[in-house]
Amino acid sequence: MSNKSDSPSTDRRQFIGGTLAAAGALTLAPGVILHALAANDKATAGASGEHRWGMVIDTNKCADGCSACVDACNSEHALEGHDRPATDAVWIRPVKLKDKQTGHVNRLVMMCQHCEHPPCVDVCPTNASFKRVDGVVLVDRHRCIGCRYCMMACPYKARSFVHEALSDQSVNAPRGKGCVESCTLCVHRIDAGGMRTACQEACEKEGHAAILFGDLNDPESEISRVLKTHNSVQIRADLELNTGVRYLNL
Amino acid sequence: MRSSLISNRRLILLLTVLLTPAMQVLAESAYVTENSKAAVLERCVAPTDVMRRNHMDFLRHGRDDTVLRGVRGLEYSLAECIDCHASTDASGKAVSVADEGEFCQACHGYVAVSPACFQCHRTTPDSAAGRESLGYRFNANPRHPVGQPVDGETDHEQ
Amino acid sequence: MSKMYYRELYCGAPVRFWMGLATLGSIIAIGLGAAYYMEHNGHWVTGMSNQVVWGLPHVFAIFLIVAASGALNVASIGSVFGGPLYKPLGRYSGLLAIGLLAGGLMVLVLDLGRPDRLIVAMTQYNFKSIFAWNVILYTGFFAIVGVYLWTMMDRSVGKYNRPVGFAAFFWRIALTTGTGSIFGFLVAREAYDAAIMAPMFVIMSFSYGLAFFIMTLITAYIWGDREIGDLRLTRLKNLLGVFVGAVLYFTLAQHLTNLYVSQHHGIERFILLDGGVYTQMFWIGQILIGSILPLFLLYSPAFDKSRWAIVAASVAVLIGGFFQIYVIVIGGQAYPMTLFPGKEVIESGFFDGQVADYAPTFPETALGVAGIALALAMVAVGARVFKVFPETLED
Repeated sequence: MSNKSDSPSTDRRQFIGGTLAAAGALTLAPGVILHALAANDKATAGASGEHRWGMVIDTNKCADGCSACVDACNSEHALEGHDRPATDAVWIRPVKLKDKQTGHVNRLVMMCQHCEHPPCVDVCPTNASFKRVDGVVLVDRHRCIGCRYCMMACPYKARSFVHEALSDQSVNAPRGKGCVESCTLCVHRIDAGGMRTACQEACEKEGHAAILFGDLNDPESEISRVLKTHNSVQIRADLELNTGVRYLNL
Repeated sequence: MRSSLISNRRLILLLTVLLTPAMQVLAESAYVTENSKAAVLERCVAPTDVMRRNHMDFLRHGRDDTVLRGVRGLEYSLAECIDCHASTDASGKAVSVADEGEFCQACHGYVAVSPACFQCHRTTPDSAAGRESLGYRFNANPRHPVGQPVDGETDHEQ
Repeated sequence: MSKMYYRELYCGAPVRFWMGLATLGSIIAIGLGAAYYMEHNGHWVTGMSNQVVWGLPHVFAIFLIVAASGALNVASIGSVFGGPLYKPLGRYSGLLAIGLLAGGLMVLVLDLGRPDRLIVAMTQYNFKSIFAWNVILYTGFFAIVGVYLWTMMDRSVGKYNRPVGFAAFFWRIALTTGTGSIFGFLVAREAYDAAIMAPMFVIMSFSYGLAFFIMTLITAYIWGDREIGDLRLTRLKNLLGVFVGAVLYFTLAQHLTNLYVSQHHGIERFILLDGGVYTQMFWIGQILIGSILPLFLLYSPAFDKSRWAIVAASVAVLIGGFFQIYVIVIGGQAYPMTLFPGKEVIESGFFDGQVADYAPTFPETALGVAGIALALAMVAVGARVFKVFPETLED
């Protein structure tokens, strides 16, 4: 390149060289440059396949009329309603059930079940729906084109489509018009080393403690102990999705 | 392969010639908005010309690391850009970086490139509760205080 | 058989052509405006919601895409299966297929939450997703049918006509299978978990595509003051009758299979008995207008060789087809998913156990209609610019 006779003046060449080098470094070896930089910084290690994050919800403890977890989720992620229930974002919702045969009544909360084999990830044409190595199912809004096929595929009605332009989103959950979203299992807290989700925190504060978050892969974790000693169920277990969210006493 | 390199180079030359006037305008302006944290800091997370040239690539690679792999607290974080570069108005309220004449809009408006970031990301520092739990805030103390030399100045240009 | 001459289609009265094109243009413009309005405000201005996530635009889009694949039928019969009576119609068949697909895709793309990111859909593929495959199938369809048309129109490449015809035939079968599979593999939804959807969509495409073809062909020949022979129309009409019967058969098979599975009784009851508007659309729209009426018009001796009856039957097939897709797409979503078998939902933060409401609004309707208008406009312009129609289709 440099032995071309019509080569430009030196400083310009330097500029071009610099640009090319920078562009080259970034396009050819993005991992290298970024991680070299990250090493200077206090970057977190990131998600690890050693963990599988999950939740247990005790339906006996979920109190009638309580919406503490929903409110906490809404404020944690700055989900604002517009009094349009069919289009407003719903990341977590209470459901009250009555057995058709016996009349037994249950109350529980539904949210993204963070499946091991998530149908939303299978159907997403652009890989925007994805599962992290630690089992958290998320939407990469940089890739989501808003086709809503994942919402068609989700057995739990867990996903919402952002139906209007937003501003003042939370840094915890950048989100915007035209993309699909759902419960992130408070992934910003997980990444920061936090061991409680916003909904769990709120539920405990209310004195119910119906929600327990933890590492399903760690046999020492509280969630693993609870699941080992109690009979739990997955919702729509027939689909064999191996959900990360389990229910007690349902 | 070689021929494509040459044509790439020609393209870059052409773009350089075309963009030189624009570059000069940018080079002459020492643009940080007043009343922003950045206004009283010595420098950004990398030398200014590097940031000007490459901020979009830094952010793009950082976003994949964060969203897909859960790596937080990276050197380059959009949330921190905004924390530092958003200015405050007379009443002390934060002004959106995408408003007329503000940090992001000033250049992006000039070159007519719409920053897509703000379709999803907020444009003012997030003062709401819960932010301390964010991975990116691991190092709570301000990163580049005034007058303190930043080591590894050249490390960034690898 | 005498030699076939193709000529650009000029309307008997030029004013009629330009007025027609202007009308189509304004419908398209209104549709584009509606799409902008929807994208600018967000989808809350439409009838779609987090419950019914795919609405009228998807009905129009799927209808047009399915019809596009079927419109190529006539060309396939001509060059792949060697039907001499169909061969002269091959060019128009290809043109109509491209037009309908373009119309359908326009609607589909403009309804995306982020149509500006179409490039992402073109560069990021998840090959487990049938949607990603469809992106390839749809774009490939344009290319293959384009080449197919070329081999039909240009004698120098005419020898490739048969292999390309074969490729196009298989491609379009794959395309409709792919479109049907969108609704075939959604395990969570009771309305969409049957593999019969894929072959049913193939048959639906035959029927709708041919109906579109017959309707527009007769219209074009009236406009251009050209002749079509009765024998040829009778062939097309009989073929349409067979396809309509086949769709009816597949519908029957689909519902009978579902009725056997007690898990599916709810959704079947909803569609067939007490689903309100969806039940009406099924019985009146799909079965009465879309199947029985056209079969009567096509096979009753009273309408022997009546062109009016053939056009009316085609229109009825299209209306019925539209309702059929409406019932599949929207009826299937309106019916609540069973999350908790054996339990009744007494309270829910998000409509669990309730039939979802959906009422299409003007913008989404305008966008859908614009898709049809785009298809027709492309066909009108294409037929005028290229030598698509034979000068005469006398027998």
